[in-house]
Amino acid sequence: MKIMQISIFLENRKGRLHEVTSLLGNNKINIRALNIAETGDFGVMRLVVDKPQEALALLKSKNFVASTTDIVAIEVADKPGGLAEVLKTITDNNVNIEYMYGFVEKRSDQALLVFRFDNADNAVAALKQNGIKIVTESEIKSL
Amino acid sequence: MSAVFWEKEVETLCREKLEALQLQRLRATIDQALKTPFYKKRLSQAGVLSGNDIASFGDVRKIPYTTKDDLRQGFPYGFLAVNTDDVIRLHTSSGTTGTPTAVYHTRDDIARWANLCARSLAATGASQRDVFQNMMTYGLFTGGLGLHYGAELLGMMVIPSGSGNTPRQLQLMRHFRTTAVHATPSYLLHLFGEIEKEGLTLSDLCLTKAYVGAEPHSEGIRRKIESLFGIDVYNSYGLSEMNGPGVAFECIAKECMHVWEDSYYAEIVDPGTLEALGPGREGELVLTALTRQATPILRYRTRDLTVIEEGQCACGRTHRRIARIKGRSDDMIIVNGVNIFPSQIEAVLMRVPEVGTNYQIYLDKQASLDRLTVKTEVAPEAFTGEFVALEKLRNHLKHLLKSEILVNPVVELHEPGALPVSTGKAVRVVDQRNEAYCG
Repeated sequence: MKIMQISIFLENRKGRLHEVTSLLGNNKINIRALNIAETGDFGVMRLVVDKPQEALALLKSKNFVASTTDIVAIEVADKPGGLAEVLKTITDNNVNIEYMYGFVEKRSDQALLVFRFDNADNAVAALKQNGIKIVTESEIKSL
Repeated sequence: MSAVFWEKEVETLCREKLEALQLQRLRATIDQALKTPFYKKRLSQAGVLSGNDIASFGDVRKIPYTTKDDLRQGFPYGFLAVNTDDVIRLHTSSGTTGTPTAVYHTRDDIARWANLCARSLAATGASQRDVFQNMMTYGLFTGGLGLHYGAELLGMMVIPSGSGNTPRQLQLMRHFRTTAVHATPSYLLHLFGEIEKEGLTLSDLCLTKAYVGAEPHSEGIRRKIESLFGIDVYNSYGLSEMNGPGVAFECIAKECMHVWEDSYYAEIVDPGTLEALGPGREGELVLTALTRQATPILRYRTRDLTVIEEGQCACGRTHRRIARIKGRSDDMIIVNGVNIFPSQIEAVLMRVPEVGTNYQIYLDKQASLDRLTVKTEVAPEAFTGEFVALEKLRNHLKHLLKSEILVNPVVELHEPGALPVSTGKAVRVVDQRNEAYCG
């Protein structure tokens, strides 16, 4: 149920983000979700893409410092309190969120969010038990 | 203002007598040095078996040079000429590869050092009427304790404030009507900028003199500090291997620094060929301490570039003067008065597998103070994908570097291949501080 996120270490230099995105675009890799954590001189770009293995190999071949992290993608009702409901389940089960971000697109009346948990297995079990929809890798690919 | 002397006789001794005194003390120092394991071997290899082998200054060339590397190899006791029971203090300086150097002092050594510092301060017109706030670092660094002892001997009221904590420095200056301070030139510029922030004006202070040392600076910087504060600024020269401050000092004429030649024998050599250079030629200063008991050091290569001024000084002292330090003949860098070798930084980076071996040391000014930035490259295999891990790595590097070089660096993480690959050491250091060495 976990999906693969690609993290890229990028120094804060003009045009560097463009280089990453054009490399992926030229190779027909589609970005589904994206987030950047940054400080003054560097940042980490986090990506969920349709073809993660291919993207990782491609980035490494171009000497980008990249690696993968397991994350969980969740469907959240796109209505007031939708996110709070999911977070309650996570909190009640003593799981901590290291970071989270939203998808570029959404399907129907559901919003898609990506979570990095300190304990992904516990989180997945708890979410399932509470009937919260977890998005699989193949579903992401066909978005 | 007429010249004030601390020991008029020795300070104005005619050259002939001064040189005779130097030769006599040089011979005694060689005999003292022969008691150390290092010199016993080094001097006998060179055919110098006793001080009497030096008949004239022409024979000085028989004495091999001593380098910082020699001192490191002799650590900890290779240069000790007395029983440790007779040692009352030691100073160490950090080494480039983890091995420090040590200089030991007997009670008499400390007394003679303090005397030279008192003589230096007196040469600027300082007296027991002065309140002296010593803003140099105390401890293993010799700058603080050296002038402290000299100022006490002279009878100044000493405020051992140490370095840093600018608001408190200014409070002390105001409360106790400090008339003289000892600091790095960059710190004085910083201090000036903070006066207003502390709600003070220059008229709240009683400052008349400042002693600056520990880092190279231009005549322009001296004049700037003088005009900002409305004071006299005197240049000080020393190095821990030769005690510390009190090796050479400016007098009221403020034209180059008198080397106290009754206590030091100074030579200028070509740092490449090691040939002695004639009067007026710029080269590396080589010093022999002439009165030290615990740690005699002969012909020490200071790596400082300067020139000996032969001309008579207006103050009447006969001791020759050296010009302000023009630079270094090695790759040592000085950051806010602290000496750092790039190899120290390199050694730290080598111990951390998460960063590659390519690095750059970048120096610039932030307001008046020096800023040291260490740029490193993240090793691809060490990247876990976690942003937090990178911040931890950066803090870890900062901590390791601080404990090695005693200066808080800025650490930057870069992508592999982002920094220029250099084969020579010099290219690894980019110094954007203006004024650093320009005359």
